[in-house]
Amino acid sequence: MTVVDTLGLTAERCAQLLGAREISCRELVEAYLERIDAHDPDLHCFLRTRPEAALAEADALDAAGPKGLQGVPIALKDILCVRGEETTAGSRILAGHRPLYDAGAVTRCRDAGLIALGKTNMDEFAMGSSTEHSAFGPTRNPWDHELVPGGSSGGSAAAVAAGFAPLALGTDTGGSIRQPAALCGVVGLKPTYGAVSRHGLIAFGSSLDQIGPFSLTVRDAALALQVIAGHDPCDSTSVPLPEPVSVPDAEDMRGVTIGIPTDLLAIEGVEDGVRASFEETIGEAERLGASIREITLPTARHALPAYYLIAPAEASANLARFDGVRYGLRLEEPGDTVVDMYGRTRSQGFGDEVKRRIMLGTYVLSAGYYDAYYGTAQRVRTLLLREFADAFSGVDLIATPASPTVAFPIGERIDDPWAMYACDLFTVPVNLTGLPGISLPSGLSDGLPVGFQLIGPAFSENRILAAAHALEQAIGFDPVPTGYRVGG
Amino acid sequence: MSQRANTWEPVIGMEIHVQLNTVTKMFCRCENRFGAEPNTLTCPLCLGHPGVLPVINQGAVEKAIEIGLALGCTIAERSVFHRKNYFYPDSPKAYQISQYDEPICVDGHLDVGGARIGITRAHLEEDAAKLVHSGGEAGRIGGAEYSLVDFNRCGTPLVEIVTEPDLRSPEQAVAFLALLKNTLQTVGVSDCDMEKGSLRCDANVSVRPAGSSEFGVKTELKNMNSFKFLGDGMAAEIRRQIDLLERGEPVVQETLHYDPGSKMLRSLRSKEEAHDYRYFPEPDLVPLAPSRELIDRLRAGLPELPAARTARFAESYGLPAQYAADLNAEPRVADYFESVAAAADAKSAADWVLNTRPSPVDEVPAGRLAELIALISAGTITSTIAKQVYELMLADGETPPAQLVEQHGLASIGDSAQLEAMVDEVIEANPAFVEQFRSGKEGVINALVGQVMKQTKGRADARQVQELLRSKL
Repeated sequence: MTVVDTLGLTAERCAQLLGAREISCRELVEAYLERIDAHDPDLHCFLRTRPEAALAEADALDAAGPKGLQGVPIALKDILCVRGEETTAGSRILAGHRPLYDAGAVTRCRDAGLIALGKTNMDEFAMGSSTEHSAFGPTRNPWDHELVPGGSSGGSAAAVAAGFAPLALGTDTGGSIRQPAALCGVVGLKPTYGAVSRHGLIAFGSSLDQIGPFSLTVRDAALALQVIAGHDPCDSTSVPLPEPVSVPDAEDMRGVTIGIPTDLLAIEGVEDGVRASFEETIGEAERLGASIREITLPTARHALPAYYLIAPAEASANLARFDGVRYGLRLEEPGDTVVDMYGRTRSQGFGDEVKRRIMLGTYVLSAGYYDAYYGTAQRVRTLLLREFADAFSGVDLIATPASPTVAFPIGERIDDPWAMYACDLFTVPVNLTGLPGISLPSGLSDGLPVGFQLIGPAFSENRILAAAHALEQAIGFDPVPTGYRVGG
Repeated sequence: MSQRANTWEPVIGMEIHVQLNTVTKMFCRCENRFGAEPNTLTCPLCLGHPGVLPVINQGAVEKAIEIGLALGCTIAERSVFHRKNYFYPDSPKAYQISQYDEPICVDGHLDVGGARIGITRAHLEEDAAKLVHSGGEAGRIGGAEYSLVDFNRCGTPLVEIVTEPDLRSPEQAVAFLALLKNTLQTVGVSDCDMEKGSLRCDANVSVRPAGSSEFGVKTELKNMNSFKFLGDGMAAEIRRQIDLLERGEPVVQETLHYDPGSKMLRSLRSKEEAHDYRYFPEPDLVPLAPSRELIDRLRAGLPELPAARTARFAESYGLPAQYAADLNAEPRVADYFESVAAAADAKSAADWVLNTRPSPVDEVPAGRLAELIALISAGTITSTIAKQVYELMLADGETPPAQLVEQHGLASIGDSAQLEAMVDEVIEANPAFVEQFRSGKEGVINALVGQVMKQTKGRADARQVQELLRSKL
C-alpha cells in the first residue's frame, strides 16, 4: 500500500506535500512507479521507465530538502532526447538509439528538479492522432481501454489521466498535445512557437513543432510552462518570453471577449456531443462575465490541406538523416551498395504512415510542383496569420472544440488516413500561425471527455491560462477516468 | 587551331567554393581546422544526430559580407537559408544548408586585365564531409570496395561565388581566379589553399560562333584543384566542343571531371540524371538581416585590395603595369616588396623580388635585401657582384650584406688609378685587338672590356671600363 494515491494528484499538491515533508521524493516517486507497474500493462503509456535513475534523483533531492517543484515527477514523450537513455520517437529505425545530449526542455526540467519517470509512447515521429502508429504497439485510453487516447502524444496524455505522472511533456505539430488531452480528459497546452526550445526534440515539422505540458489542472500547466519556456541559444527560433509566466488564480472572465469562428464550427464531422459541450462551456464563460462575439476565419478550413503539405514537406527532409550510416537501425545484405542499404533500412525501419508522409513531402517539394503545392500552402499560412491578427483586433481569445470527436475505437481509422487527419481540424490552424492554444476538459459526451480549445495571440499564454483556469473552476470536471474512480 | 579560335568563341562562367577560416564551424561549435585526426572535430550537430538544430556562426556571416564588399556586391538586407536535399554519405542530414534564391551577396564584379567580370552572387553554406574511397578505381566511389567518411570537414563554412559567363578564354579564367584568390587572401577570409581544398573551382564552359550573342550548350567541369588543371581542363573541353560542333554533332549538357593524368574528360552525369534538390526554406533558421552599422564597420575594416594596390604600385612607385600586377599575385609578395621599397630603389626592388631565383621573399629578410640594393645604388658593388653577395646571404642570413662585401673583398674598384693600371695592362697584352679597334672594328672593345672585368673579378663597372678603354685608345 502506498502512502499517497497518485490518481488525481496534481503537481501543485505534490509540491505542497514534499515542501511540508509530509512525504519524501522517494516515496512519491515510488508511489507513481508502483501505479505504473500495476496499471500500465493495460494501457501501454510508457515505452520504458527509469526507476533506478528516478529514485537516485529523488534520494539526492531528499538529502538536500526539496523546494519549489523539486521532486515532482514528470513523464517525457519519447521524442525528447535524454542523454544516454534510449530515445526512439516511436520508431523502429531509432530502436536502441541513445542520444549524446539532453533536449533543452529536458535540461530545464532537470534544473528545476523535476524527476523523469520514463518515456511515453507516441505515434511514430509524431505522425498520427491515435498513438496507433507507434512501432511499439498502441496506447489505450484510460477512460475506455478499447479506445485510442488520441495522438501523437497519446502516451503522455493517458499517463497523466491514469495517475502515472502529475505532469508530462508532449509535442504539438498539428494538435498532438491538445487532441490527446481532449480525448483523455486532461489539460494540454501548446505554447507559442518559439516559447520552448526545440533543441533535442526529434524534428517532424520544424516550423510547426512545439513542446508543451499535460497536467490535471490549468495551474499545473502554468507551473510546467514556467519550467520549460524561455530562450535557448541552441534553438535560433526560440525567444525570451515578453513577460514571465504567472500561475492563474482568476475566478471570473470579466472583460474578456471570446470570438467564436462560426464558419469553422459549421464544418461537417463535428459530433453533436462535442458541439453541445462546447456550447455549454461558452454559456459558462458568459456567466463568468466574458463577452462572446461571432467571428469568421474563412481561410481556416484550408488549414488542414495546407498543413498536410507543409508538415510532410518538412518531415521528408527531417527524416532523411535516418539512413543507417551513423546510428539507429541498419539493414544490410551481402553485396549491398550504400544505396541498397539506405533503401533496405528505410523501407523496413519506417512504418506506413511515416513512409506515406515522406512520399507526400518529397512529391510536393519536387521541381515543377513546388509552387503549386508548397508555395500555395505557405500562402495559405500567410493569409491565415492575417486573419487571426484581424480577429484578435476585436477579441481577446478564440474558442473552438479541441477535437471534432471524442475518443474513437482502436483500429477504426488506422486504414483511413483522411479520417485520421480530420482529427486535426481545429488544432492545425494554431500550429500554422504559431499561436498558443490550450485544451481543457469541458465535460463528458456519452461518458467520454470533450476538449475545449482556447487560442490567443502570440505570447498570450498568461491570458489563455487565466481564462482557462476560471472556466476550469466553473466547470468542475473530475479528471479521474470513471473506471478508476473509487466505487466507479 | 588559331583559325578555329577565330571562328569560335569560348564562354566561361565559374563557381568558386571558398572555405572560410573561422574558428568554429558554420552551425556548431566544433573547431574548424584542416588536418586533424579523422572524425575528432565532430559533435551531434555536425554528425546530423536526431534533434539537433543549427545555429549560425556570426563570424562566418561577417566574412561572407567582407567577401561581398571586396567584390563590389550589394549586401542583401535579408537573406534566407534553404535546405538542399540529397542522399549521399558525405551529408549526414541528407540535406545541405545553403542559400538559394535569396543569397547574402549579389551583383558584384572583379576587374581583371581591363575586363569587368560580373559576380552574380556569393552565398553562405556548409561543406560536406570528406569521403575516401578504397579499392576499385583510384579515388572514385564507383567500384570502390569500401568508403570512409571523415566528418571533420562537415559543416565548415563555405562561400560559393558565382560569376556571370563573362570569361572568354582559359587564360582569362585563370587570371581571374588568381586575382580572386589574392583578393580573398588579402581580405583574410581564407587561406585559399587549393591543395587542401579550401579553394575549389567548377567551370561552366560553352562555345559559340564568334560574334554570336546566343549561348551554346554548356558543360560543367568539376573540382579542378590547381590553376594548371583549371586551364588545361577548360582548354581540353573547349577543343572537344569545337570538334563536336565542327563535325555537326551537338554538345550534350553534362557534368565532366577532368583527369589531369590522362588529360581526358569523363562524364559524371548528364542533365537527365541531374538531382532534384527540392530546395525549401530552412525552418530551423531565421533570415539573416545584417545591420547597416555592421556592414559599414566591415567595409571600413577592409584592407587595400589587390586591384587598388596594383594601381597604386604603378602610380606611386612608377612601376610598369606588368610589374605592379605580378607583385600583387600574392599579398605576401606585395607586402615584401613594399618593405624593401621603403628603404631602397623601388624599380630595383621590384626587379629583385620578381626576377631573382630563389625568390628573396622566402629567403632573405626585406631589410637585408634593401641594404643590398642600396649598396648597388651607392656604387659600392656592381650588379654582377650583387648576385654573388645574394648567394652569400642565402647561406648566411645573419651577416649584413655590407659586411659580407668587406669580408669577401667584393667592393667595386672605385680607385681609378688602380683601374687605369689594369686597363693599361690589358691594352698592352692585346695588341691585336687594339689594332682591330683602331682600324674601325669597334665591336672588339667588348673583348677588351671582358678582359678587364676578368682581371677585376667583376668588381668594376663595365661601362666605366669601356669609357676608360675608349679614352686610352
